[in-house]
Amino acid sequence: MKLADLTHSAGEWLRGVGPMHDVVISSRIRLARNLAGVPFLSQCSEDQQRDLAGRLREEVLAAKIAREVLYVDIGAARELDRQLLVERHLISRQHAGASHPRGVAVSSHETSAIMINEEDHLRIQVLRSGLDLREAVDEITRMDDLLECRLDYAFHSRYGYLTACPTNVGTGLRVSVMLHLPALKMTGEIEKAFRAAHDMRLAIRGLFGEGTEASGDFFQVSNQTTLGKTEEQIVEEFLGEMVPHFIEYERRARASLMKRRPVAVDDKAHRSLALLRSAHLISSDETMYLLSLVRLGVNVQRIDDVDLKTINELFLLTQPAHLQRMLQNELSPEARAEARATYIRQRLGSG
Amino acid sequence: MKRDCDKCGKPATVHLTEIADGQKIEKHLCEDCAASEGITVKANLPISQLLEDFILQTASREEMADLECDVCGLTFAQFRERGILGCPNDYDAFEPVLRPMIERAQEGAGEHIGKVPRRAGTSQKRQNAILRLRAQLKAAIASEHYEKAAELRDRIQEVEAS
Repeated sequence: MKLADLTHSAGEWLRGVGPMHDVVISSRIRLARNLAGVPFLSQCSEDQQRDLAGRLREEVLAAKIAREVLYVDIGAARELDRQLLVERHLISRQHAGASHPRGVAVSSHETSAIMINEEDHLRIQVLRSGLDLREAVDEITRMDDLLECRLDYAFHSRYGYLTACPTNVGTGLRVSVMLHLPALKMTGEIEKAFRAAHDMRLAIRGLFGEGTEASGDFFQVSNQTTLGKTEEQIVEEFLGEMVPHFIEYERRARASLMKRRPVAVDDKAHRSLALLRSAHLISSDETMYLLSLVRLGVNVQRIDDVDLKTINELFLLTQPAHLQRMLQNELSPEARAEARATYIRQRLGSG
Repeated sequence: MKRDCDKCGKPATVHLTEIADGQKIEKHLCEDCAASEGITVKANLPISQLLEDFILQTASREEMADLECDVCGLTFAQFRERGILGCPNDYDAFEPVLRPMIERAQEGAGEHIGKVPRRAGTSQKRQNAILRLRAQLKAAIASEHYEKAAELRDRIQEVEAS
């Protein structure tokens, strides 16, 4: 498995199926872990950071978390490849931009990844298509158990798994789902939904996680509390109470739009599709905006000649690093806009 | 006359007139901006949190800022600045100040009841099993599932005796 293999298709988690896929794009769970007897990363000397990166690479590979594992030394990777991994949600922006020794191990199909030397020594993550947290938590527990056989984790009798930032302490577990909420945005009810989320102690972020603005119609919702609850409790609360609210709100908003303004929805969805099928220059932002409306059109059964998988893939493959990787060329923003439009026309047909 | 907040444009609810150096300065702020300027405190914050904020602010400014971890050398003042701890021992070294911060960030919880690494040893596991059962017991009583509560109480006694 090579990094280049990743370029031409989307990860398993973007295949557009899975429970509640009309609203939930994907589910993600991550665990933060640190080694006992070693400072957290920010307080490590350069030597210690290098030793850690080397040792953790060996241990992670030896733990055989998946049948096939690709290891990428982020420090040695090209800028474009780092960006590619960010676009695929396999590493964080912070991890891509750091300057110390660090890496990522990615399983085949990209359903799991382990970042080495991020904010914590290990950040284990599992990604799934649709709302699929129970399966994801089983998988991440299995990976954690495999690693735990080989590593001594920093663990405190009172606080549980110790993390560099105290907001992750305890389980070290962060559960998040990526939601597509175009109808709530359109009806202006999104603010209300966010306030409700805030009251439920959920954090809302943009498409690429921490530090990115919640813009467009895509939002990541995640738990803030990591201590004082079991892993199962965190997942069940999320799954049983929090996420269903959002799904319900969005579905209701879609139904109400279809009842009150079906022509307006038709117009927006089909106009967006027509633009995507005929544009010759298109920015990444405009692509996201239009694809979101097409996705809505497909979900409310007003567009039937495009499938969700294609739309989900286009969200990813039209991102700057993916485009440049596909064309094996570094491109100016202008040239990217042209290449993006050409690729979208190929994928969607010209109508 | 209705005024908008000087900072964010939302309707202003706090109106302040300051006279400094003979100059009259009027401020009109909404609740959030007034709170963030330190002019008012938000009404809906629980009193315990207000107290805690006060203690933390004064404490961290004085002797707490000098707290230092003897393992990694990080001072509490450095932690406040970065938001990132330096090593596992910091959780003990900064305990008096860190604990209220953690509890505030974690819905008041201060004890881990989840997974325990196999290598953490059996005593740790037992301790957490009891903690977990106690939390379940509390929830069972709160939701008036008394049969379940009785079961849990028996199990706690069993584990404690083992």
